Amino acid sequence: MTMHRRADNLAVVPAYNEAATIAAVVASIHEARDDFDVLVVDDGSTDATSELAERAGARVLRMPFNLGIGGAVQAGFTFALEHRYERMVQVDADGQHLPDEIQTLSDTMDARPEVDMVCGSRFITDTGYPAPISRRTGIHIFAFLLSRFVGQRVSDPTSGFRLYNRRGIALFARDYPHDYPEVEAILMVHHHSLRMVEVPVRMRERGGGVSSITSGKSAYYMVKVLLALFVGLARRRPVPEPGEDAPVMAGHGI
Amino acid sequence: MDVRLRIVALIAILILFLVVLDLVRRRRLLERYALLWLGSALALMALASWGGLLEEVSTAIGVATPSNALFVAAFGFVLVLLLHFSIAVSRLSDQSKILAQRLAILEERERELEAELARRGEQATAPEPIRDPVRR
Repeated sequence: MTMHRRADNLAVVPAYNEAATIAAVVASIHEARDDFDVLVVDDGSTDATSELAERAGARVLRMPFNLGIGGAVQAGFTFALEHRYERMVQVDADGQHLPDEIQTLSDTMDARPEVDMVCGSRFITDTGYPAPISRRTGIHIFAFLLSRFVGQRVSDPTSGFRLYNRRGIALFARDYPHDYPEVEAILMVHHHSLRMVEVPVRMRERGGGVSSITSGKSAYYMVKVLLALFVGLARRRPVPEPGEDAPVMAGHGI
Repeated sequence: MDVRLRIVALIAILILFLVVLDLVRRRRLLERYALLWLGSALALMALASWGGLLEEVSTAIGVATPSNALFVAAFGFVLVLLLHFSIAVSRLSDQSKILAQRLAILEERERELEAELARRGEQATAPEPIRDPVRR
């Protein structure tokens, strides 16, 4: 029952007003990997992102309005689940993630089939990634907390460059955090007894566009993610088990 | 302000705080809406528990009784929360309007496709019953 599935694996590229780089990113993924279909999730762009992505040979989901990164990526998980892709990798539309490095992620998953999520990390070894000091500080705070929560070293919790197997896809198609999902997703993986592992990858500086995390928003970002992390600790079952209540229920007030 | 009043206010705010946290835990409330509630509760908690702070605030803004200053502050937070929800509701109605429009367009396209398929199906199958017996 698979429809128009050319390859076994899917590369999901969430994009919001990334016309400057999207065509090159899609082309470079196609060039590096013939075992990956490319799906661009256009998160309500007002520029030519969709047209350019389609012309570059990607399949495109156009969101009717801006959902935010979490909602856009979750559309990718749902798409991957419905089309029964074996694996899914998330690649940023700004050219930060190198398609050549997908090999590093999938080699790790080949070598360790018990792993459900492989994260590309900039900080395990010095890969020369020039992150501004303010952002590094935030990343290190999350890394410190998460490492303790999940009992495993997490060095780059905000990296979106991740490869998922079918279990990972199924989990996040059902439930993926809203605003800034990467950090909380690691905690969810842990809660559901899935396995994750980090591997060092090279990353480039952003090719164009503006990061979704501007300096003005970063304080709000920190507080919100910290709240989500600490409350997340108290959630024993973040996703309903079979037979439980649906994630969104009618008429369950206080 | 009277100590009893302080204690009652603190308990009420603490209950509010815990209820909001539990709603987030049970996924009935998104973090982005919970933050404003938690922030308001923390500020009120500071005003109610920090000896002298409430008195200073009330003299600074010219309120005669400190307990009234607490009410004013609480009312201010409620106003901010209401405005926040009005903004959220406006965004939701905008989004559901767009969803309804997209759905209507999609349904129309789907009906067109079905009609087109039916037309092609008739063309493809109609001549066959005539030819088949001849060939056999």
